[in-house]
Amino acid sequence: MLAAVFSIAAIGILFGLGLGWAARRFRVESDPVIDRIDAILPQTQCGQCNYPGCRPYAEAIATGEAPINQCPPGGEAGIKALADLLGVDPLPLNPENGAEALPTVAVIDEATCIGCTLCIQACPVDAIVGAPKLMHTVIAAECTGCDLCLPPCPVDCIEMVPRPVPEEQWSWPEPAAAGGR
Amino acid sequence: MFGRPKTAPMDAARAAGTRLHRFDGGLRLRHHKKMSCEVPVQRAALPQRLYVPLLQHTGRAAEASVVTGQRVLKGDPIGCFRHLGSGCVHAPTSGTVSAVVKHPISHPSGREGLCIVIRPDGLDQWRQRQPIEHWAEAAPETLLERIRDSGIVGLGGAVFPTAFKVRDASQRGIHTLILNGSECEPYISCDEMLMREQPDAIVLGARILQRAVGAQRTVIAIEDQMGAVNQALGDAVRRAGAGNIDVVKVTTLYPEGGEKQLIQVLTGLEVPAGGRPADLGLLCQNVATATAVARAVTEDKPLVERIVTVTGNGVRRPRNLLAAIGTPIADLVELAGGYAPHAARLVLGGPMMGFPLASDANPVTKAANCVLVLTEQDIRPPQPELPCIRCGECARVCPARLLPQQLNRFIRSGNWEASEDHGLEDCIECGCCDFACPSHIPLVEWFRFGKSQLRSRAEDRRRADLARDRFEARGTRLERIKAERKRRIAEKKRALGDQRTMKDRIAASVERARQRKESAE
Repeated sequence: MLAAVFSIAAIGILFGLGLGWAARRFRVESDPVIDRIDAILPQTQCGQCNYPGCRPYAEAIATGEAPINQCPPGGEAGIKALADLLGVDPLPLNPENGAEALPTVAVIDEATCIGCTLCIQACPVDAIVGAPKLMHTVIAAECTGCDLCLPPCPVDCIEMVPRPVPEEQWSWPEPAAAGGR
Repeated sequence: MFGRPKTAPMDAARAAGTRLHRFDGGLRLRHHKKMSCEVPVQRAALPQRLYVPLLQHTGRAAEASVVTGQRVLKGDPIGCFRHLGSGCVHAPTSGTVSAVVKHPISHPSGREGLCIVIRPDGLDQWRQRQPIEHWAEAAPETLLERIRDSGIVGLGGAVFPTAFKVRDASQRGIHTLILNGSECEPYISCDEMLMREQPDAIVLGARILQRAVGAQRTVIAIEDQMGAVNQALGDAVRRAGAGNIDVVKVTTLYPEGGEKQLIQVLTGLEVPAGGRPADLGLLCQNVATATAVARAVTEDKPLVERIVTVTGNGVRRPRNLLAAIGTPIADLVELAGGYAPHAARLVLGGPMMGFPLASDANPVTKAANCVLVLTEQDIRPPQPELPCIRCGECARVCPARLLPQQLNRFIRSGNWEASEDHGLEDCIECGCCDFACPSHIPLVEWFRFGKSQLRSRAEDRRRADLARDRFEARGTRLERIKAERKRRIAEKKRALGDQRTMKDRIAASVERARQRKESAE
């Protein structure tokens, strides 16, 4: 009897120590759920979700503060992926946040630009280059099409155009779906 | 199965061709090759205008390096790359550049691309050429550079830049070079005719490639029904005195000419998913590519022409033509006797993997191995697509051992992760499943669409990762600037001392000024 009590206690203490050590040794710095949500979000950094970027929105979703349907660039596919990850029902995109649209990039009309640097400060991904009183230009490969540079421009010289598809990224069209499921 | 030693795969790869194996699935198709093999390859006359597309390979289109009105000699580079990722485009004959315009480019997308229009002057005059005569003593690097500068791409249909493939292979270490002469798709006979008529050039190309990658031997794989070819290549090997080149006959089974399938037949090994033949120490090249390499090295002739099979019941006199790149397909059909009365469809490539062309104004490109004109009788009448009955025929014929019916379901429901897990990327788009499907489901169309989607999703992920990094970098920068400003203000404050002493000092200085004023008065 006594032997059983001691041995169970000893095993308990041993496992307790083991778990305690493992908890310290393998501690995860940040919440992996936030990273996984962040990986799904399109990283447009546009703020249409009412959060200052994709990461803050991911944090808000993780804490249950924000619903999953506030990201227009991610669209229905993004909402579905988030719903799958979090085990909740997909919701339709909240129209208050905007509508799903084709990807765009900003183009600066370089002749009109006065070099005020306001758009450079607004760009969330540093995709605009320029200096005070000198022409600015957009690095198209790094522009996320967030529209954030449009409002600050005092001369309205920025335009959003559909993102060009390079020749080598040509893709096959979806076949006309018939009954073949 | 158990405890197989680790070296076994490499040994099997080294023994390529000594024992033949089988790949899974595949189809026995009617050949329809005889009709185009009856007359020797004929050189096609130069047309009025050559339309040379700047995109004739996988990757980015070249940039035009000539301007309208410029005179060019045969072999002059007319399209180049700043980054030198893929091969250049060269002038197929001497003449004048009459325009650089958008024109159909014989691409499966059907879209137009920039073409350099050349008006031949009829002299067909070569530029200054510098052949590497002593290639057997030349450094492999010299040979690789020549292959790169000659615009050579894989002529079996994939048009992947050869220089890229060969360089990558030479860095990984290659023991065996495989020349692919197994032309398994029905109707196409350009490689067979090449092997019959120019076996010496193929053997020479094999020896040069072997030196360029440091391979010890070469296996030339041909089909068992190509009797004349076996004889011709065997004689050529003897003439060259190359003891390390073997000609191996493989049984004709579609799609045996696929790189991965051919390797499986010759070695019994599968190229790992996402891997390359170089992982097994093998390099696979088409026989026509080897000929192009031989020309480029020993004669300094870049790739400006190719053999095109013009065949099908829709042309009057099917044959093989040696055509300059950029020749309109209409001219080739004309040389093959013109269209037969019931010609109904124009296909570039074979009946299994080719794609229909909207017009015969499309030019011959480096990828154009076959121009197939089908009649009403050849085309299966359009069948209504029926639901999948899960018969499993598609899985039985799939040479890549995939489950087409499952993939089809995943792609249609947008389940991209599952389709990736089920090996969609390993689909070679051979069309066997399409052919076998009793419900007439256009499986390959779905797989191409699915593969495009996987690619564009990967691209989106790459862009998202880049944006995330930049967003985070900007955040840290802004924070750093803020912290710096705070520190500067604090420092200034400290330099000025705290508020109380400051007031006292002001009061004292005011007092001093007043006293000075008073004493002055």
